[in-house]
Amino acid sequence: MPYIPHTEEEISSMLSAIGIKQLDQLFDEIPKKLRIKTIDAIPEAVSEMALRRTMQVRANQDGSPLCFIGAGAYEHHIPSAVWQIASRGEFYSAYTPYQAEASQGTLQLIYEYQTMMAGLMAMDISNASLYDGASALAEAVLMAIRANRKCKTRRVLVAGTVNPVYRACINAIVKNQQIELIELPYCTEAGNSLAGSLKQHESQEFAALVIQQPNFFGCLENVDELTDWAHQQNALMIAAVNPLLMAALKPPGEWGQNGADIACGDGQPLGAPLSCGGPYYGFMCCKNEIVRQMPGRIVGRTQDINGHEGFVLTLQAREQHIRRSKATSNICTNQGLVVTASAIYMAIMGPEGLRRIAAQCYANRNALIQAVGSLKGVEVVFTSPGFHECVLRLNKPVEDVMAVFYAQGILPGYNLKKDYPELGEALLVCVTETKTDDDIELYKNTLQQALA
Amino acid sequence: MLIFNYSKAGRKTGSQSPNVSADTLLKSLPANSLRKSKLLLPEVSELEVVRHYTSLSKKNFSIDTHFYPLGSCTMKYNPRICNELAMLPGFLNHHPYAPLQFSQGLLQSLYELQEMLKEVSGMQGISLTPMAGAQGEFAGVAMIQAYHAARGDTQRKVILVPDAAHGTNPATAMMCGYQVKEIPTAEDGDVDIQALQAALGPDIAGIMLTNPSTLGVFERHIHEIADLVHQAGGLLYYDGANMNAILGKVRPGDMGFDVIHMNLHKTFSTPHGGGGPGAGAVGVGERLLPYLPVPVIGCNTDNQYYWMTEQEIPSSIGRLSGFMGNVGVLIRAYIYMRLLGRAGMPRIAEFASLNANYLQAKLKQLGFDMAYPKRRAGHEFVLTLKRQAKTCGVNAMAFAKRLLDKGFHAPTTYFPLLVPECLLIEPTETESKGELDRFLEAMAEILHEAETNAELVLGAPYSMPVQRLDDVRAAKELDLVWKAD
Repeated sequence: MPYIPHTEEEISSMLSAIGIKQLDQLFDEIPKKLRIKTIDAIPEAVSEMALRRTMQVRANQDGSPLCFIGAGAYEHHIPSAVWQIASRGEFYSAYTPYQAEASQGTLQLIYEYQTMMAGLMAMDISNASLYDGASALAEAVLMAIRANRKCKTRRVLVAGTVNPVYRACINAIVKNQQIELIELPYCTEAGNSLAGSLKQHESQEFAALVIQQPNFFGCLENVDELTDWAHQQNALMIAAVNPLLMAALKPPGEWGQNGADIACGDGQPLGAPLSCGGPYYGFMCCKNEIVRQMPGRIVGRTQDINGHEGFVLTLQAREQHIRRSKATSNICTNQGLVVTASAIYMAIMGPEGLRRIAAQCYANRNALIQAVGSLKGVEVVFTSPGFHECVLRLNKPVEDVMAVFYAQGILPGYNLKKDYPELGEALLVCVTETKTDDDIELYKNTLQQALA
Repeated sequence: MLIFNYSKAGRKTGSQSPNVSADTLLKSLPANSLRKSKLLLPEVSELEVVRHYTSLSKKNFSIDTHFYPLGSCTMKYNPRICNELAMLPGFLNHHPYAPLQFSQGLLQSLYELQEMLKEVSGMQGISLTPMAGAQGEFAGVAMIQAYHAARGDTQRKVILVPDAAHGTNPATAMMCGYQVKEIPTAEDGDVDIQALQAALGPDIAGIMLTNPSTLGVFERHIHEIADLVHQAGGLLYYDGANMNAILGKVRPGDMGFDVIHMNLHKTFSTPHGGGGPGAGAVGVGERLLPYLPVPVIGCNTDNQYYWMTEQEIPSSIGRLSGFMGNVGVLIRAYIYMRLLGRAGMPRIAEFASLNANYLQAKLKQLGFDMAYPKRRAGHEFVLTLKRQAKTCGVNAMAFAKRLLDKGFHAPTTYFPLLVPECLLIEPTETESKGELDRFLEAMAEILHEAETNAELVLGAPYSMPVQRLDDVRAAKELDLVWKAD
């Protein structure tokens, strides 16, 4: 029996200890009419050997296309040590560290992770993780509404340059709590939030302003100006950022006069493979004064009865297992193992390594813009500098152009027509440090061919 | 030692990042967009990182190293093959927005997982997107809300939750904007039907139940409860945390539930990872099909698999994640289900229940008190140390800590809340009789220690990297982030 170690002899001795004769009697309290006889739609068991073959075929079937898509999930080099260590059974097969003394490995690692993430964001506090970037942003909106003591409205201003799926996800998660999301328009030339449009919102009340840096188009936002404006309006500032790039870019804690109040985003760029969208993790950092409104687990350093340093889950009075219906969130299980990988990734890269990756991503984006910008039928839409991604407007239907790339095993980018129809035949193209000069040259040639 | 203590300023090991000058490349950016402050990440070698985190890992109890009978968490063996195959490069390097022609192998696996989950749950439709049990609960309650709203039935503001429920149930109901009303448990461990009847009315949107409940017993009146709630116009939500107890034996759909979530990291053995990632797939009956969270995987008449989005499911409650949920976890669950197969599913329930009932019977013999001694255990049971706490001054927490010294992870302590000084013990089907007997020996030893030398038990643990930690200090003198001196 797969993974069940009992011998016939053991089974009968256990049954007699219980005082029954057959395994089936274990279910004698379940009403008879509910009992099922078969589960036909489940296939017969297969051996490990046979299944290995099936899964290898399926994994290979999807090929290994050259990927220029970003749109919230970014391909980066991940050192082998990251997942080899994270996959150790002691990390892989432990659970939430409820028994602190028997979980010091996981707890210390989370404390180190919190330190690294708070450092990257230049914020006071980090939690131990949420599910992913989109749901973390929804939690940030809920947190801001709880935390904002100056302004009790349930309206939140969200930049139109925030990842559209993130906006959809916020809406799905907060709509039942009578929270209203208002969209801030963007500048169609620069590709970032339109400072001029803030004026019309000045007399209105908002609990928070949400912006993304770099934004969904890869463009940089004027973070100082936006943050100061939010604070003047008594709104909290929520920064959704790509954490890797904060090694190079001004981190949320340093935005404007007083810094962002909550920083969150997707931790995927820090050591998580693309893996078709998950598991990634959501990170969240905040200022000291609102830590009690933070959702999710938090690890603290303390002492044992002999004065030795140790780590525990702390501020649990915020959480569902203690506070039940009054908890800051319903989250229980988070994305622990991905955070484990991420801490290892950040430690291996160090401050200089992360900065170099960010710089190479920046240089590669510029190289791509340089390469394709002069092609006939291509317009680089936005002027703002940026990272990872850029928007190209094409003189042919995007779908037709994409098909030419697919035929050559290349994924040319993300089609923006559904989310931003006003941009026309627009394609969001991503280049990270993983792309070589040859890759960029190949992209250019393929695009030229597709537009010919 | 923290990783930061190994750091030496200016150490550049470099081999893992591009060999470029960041300053030179970044200089064309506006100065006010750049980071000026020093970034506090450790500057250490790859070897130091590997050694540090390997040594940290050794300070953990885990399924791979210890019996881990943590009730309500189903800490069963996580087959290594599931991890290996889920990490094949074709799956790992797959961008979530890759077009369908580059996604068929992956989508086929996910589609088949949906179909298998439909069968074991007895539901009509499945969405795999929720990323953990609590998010599955959110999806479920949001669907109940969408159902009532679509019928113009807007007066239903209350969700019922038994007092034995997981904390996530009431927290989820609140997150969906509902009020929560608790229903007491009857003396025999079942829901108090009279109290339920009294609570039901036109303001009730639904009830959230776990079956077997967190008390480890099967709710025998489930049909009656389903009828009562449905007659009152409410819907029934099934918290699948305890599905390991009934897999292949009974199905939530047949019990009358309208919506359920399944914890794939429990029942279907995907790793718990030190606190996740999990996966909380939701299943619905016919009434809630239009509201499933997207994306869902479809299969068209040409046997092409595709993502069903808001276009195909226009009344969907929407998206709960940036992409498609924890796909890597889903692949592990798929592989596990294929390895176990049709005959393997009910066998899980049988041997999980055998192990739990064996432990329960033996612990009774050893002189321990069960919370529900007359009931058959599901895959777990509740033991109460109320008597020992009174007579020897040894409470459940001390017992739990002493178990660590004996080489066993502690059961869940002080949950469910309604049983004083309790341990919730879930052995799972993958433990051998020999391991269970060693656990029983340890429990007997601790009981003897409690009766003869309570101080010894109260001071536990002694053999861990640290002794009893000061939680109060942790919450009072907050130290959440390390700072360089």
